[in-house]
Amino acid sequence: MERIIFYILALIIVVFSIASVSSRKMLRSVIYLLFVLCGIAGFYFLIDYNFLAAIQLTVYAGGIIVLLIFSVMLIHHIEMELEVAKKSRQILVGLLCLFGLGVFLTTIYAHPFVVVENKLTTSTADIGHKLLSYDAGGFILPFEVISVLLLAAMIGAIVIAKKSRE
Amino acid sequence: MTRFFSITKNIHEWLFDLMPEGLARVVEMILIAVVYLLIFSVAGLYLVLLERRVAAWFQLRIGPNRVGFQGLLQTMADALKLVSKELTGTERADKFLYNLAPYFVIISSLMALSVFPFTKDFQAFDINIGLLFLIAISSIGVIGILLGGWSSNNKFALIGAMRSGVQTISYELSVGLSLLTMVLLAGSLQLSEIVEVQKGGWLIVQGHIPAFIAFMVYMIAGTAETNRAPFDLVEAESELGAGFHTEYSGMKFAYFFLAEFINMFIIAAIATTVFFGAWLSPFGITESIPILGVLWFLGKTLILVFLMMWFRWTFPRLRIDQLLTLEWKYLLPINLVNIVFMAIVVLLKITI
Repeated sequence: MERIIFYILALIIVVFSIASVSSRKMLRSVIYLLFVLCGIAGFYFLIDYNFLAAIQLTVYAGGIIVLLIFSVMLIHHIEMELEVAKKSRQILVGLLCLFGLGVFLTTIYAHPFVVVENKLTTSTADIGHKLLSYDAGGFILPFEVISVLLLAAMIGAIVIAKKSRE
Repeated sequence: MTRFFSITKNIHEWLFDLMPEGLARVVEMILIAVVYLLIFSVAGLYLVLLERRVAAWFQLRIGPNRVGFQGLLQTMADALKLVSKELTGTERADKFLYNLAPYFVIISSLMALSVFPFTKDFQAFDINIGLLFLIAISSIGVIGILLGGWSSNNKFALIGAMRSGVQTISYELSVGLSLLTMVLLAGSLQLSEIVEVQKGGWLIVQGHIPAFIAFMVYMIAGTAETNRAPFDLVEAESELGAGFHTEYSGMKFAYFFLAEFINMFIIAAIATTVFFGAWLSPFGITESIPILGVLWFLGKTLILVFLMMWFRWTFPRLRIDQLLTLEWKYLLPINLVNIVFMAIVVLLKITI
């Protein structure tokens, strides 16, 4: 049962990734990308990591995709189509993609995966404790660094937005 | 994952006798989905009727009362009419996205329904991050509105969709933060556990002042999330025709319409679960008859739905700058201070 769902999700992700980069209409690409991201959220649900799945849906599907749609709506007219790249470039990109795929596949098949019997569902409380713990394996430092980074980004955005007023 | 009444238990056993386990599980899931779909499409239709009757009452009219007893079949007849109508569209619209958009809206609102605890045993999907799941799902619905507005190839629809995007992104913050305030008090994201915490007293009573502030902020932001008046700039009949769904007709329009009413139900149901103890009866008066929980849940939800209808027919529509000022300069700061306040209340254990 889980195997079937896995293959269905994988198929969705592969098909829509290809559709996303090959579509000539910009908003359609964005929507195909949304399906890919939802498929990844589906994987997280499948391995019982509900918290990450919900975050994936909120941040990527709800946040990033909405922002992308917004920018497309502002700059793009409905009848415009994206240009098709030159043949030589297409071949170059295709070769690069094949190379990348090869590297991935060799690493995956060379790595001895160990099946971990993990029936525990990670709760939100566990994640919270881990994020704020000072002990070994705690994530307090990256957590703080990221919050400072976000603050800096926010101040930067405000400064850029204010500049045009003068 | 799934828990039921005793009737459904029999069906459950019968299914597992009849088929191999994997197949039976799939069939069971499909059955539950179909039951939910039927119940809530009919419930959505009756919410439309309720809205029309309430509107008529507020405006000293009678409202629909011809089809069936007291107009009870009116919205059914409307739905039949909508099914039989021709599906039109604009020329040079992006047909694929145009047809896809209504499904985004309706599917995201139907998905959200699956996690509500209607009674102790009547909850389709008791996920351990229930509240976060609800917030995540509700953020997807807006994509359908944006797509519908853009792909219609119509200026009014586009403006309506842009307004909707701005509004939903802004007010999502307030909805999330006000629910987070209550999570501080409840100590869990799982809806069944949030209900469990409220056995000693509903959270709005337990959390007294900060909980009440959170409730008010939630109701304001929730009304804005559903794009209803006084926050219906998205549709704004006098300026934009019908906003993002100007070009839709027939069943596709009905999906948008139904989704709006189901969303209203969802917002009220979240408030019921988080603030008013879901299926728990006041002072535990009917605790011995668990099946009455459904009635309590629906009763509380309908009162909140009525409150939202009351908003709609009382307040005038906000301008877009007033709308954004309300969110970013009032609700959000109030909310942030309220979270700190609630944290202090919980830390010092001065809850009731």
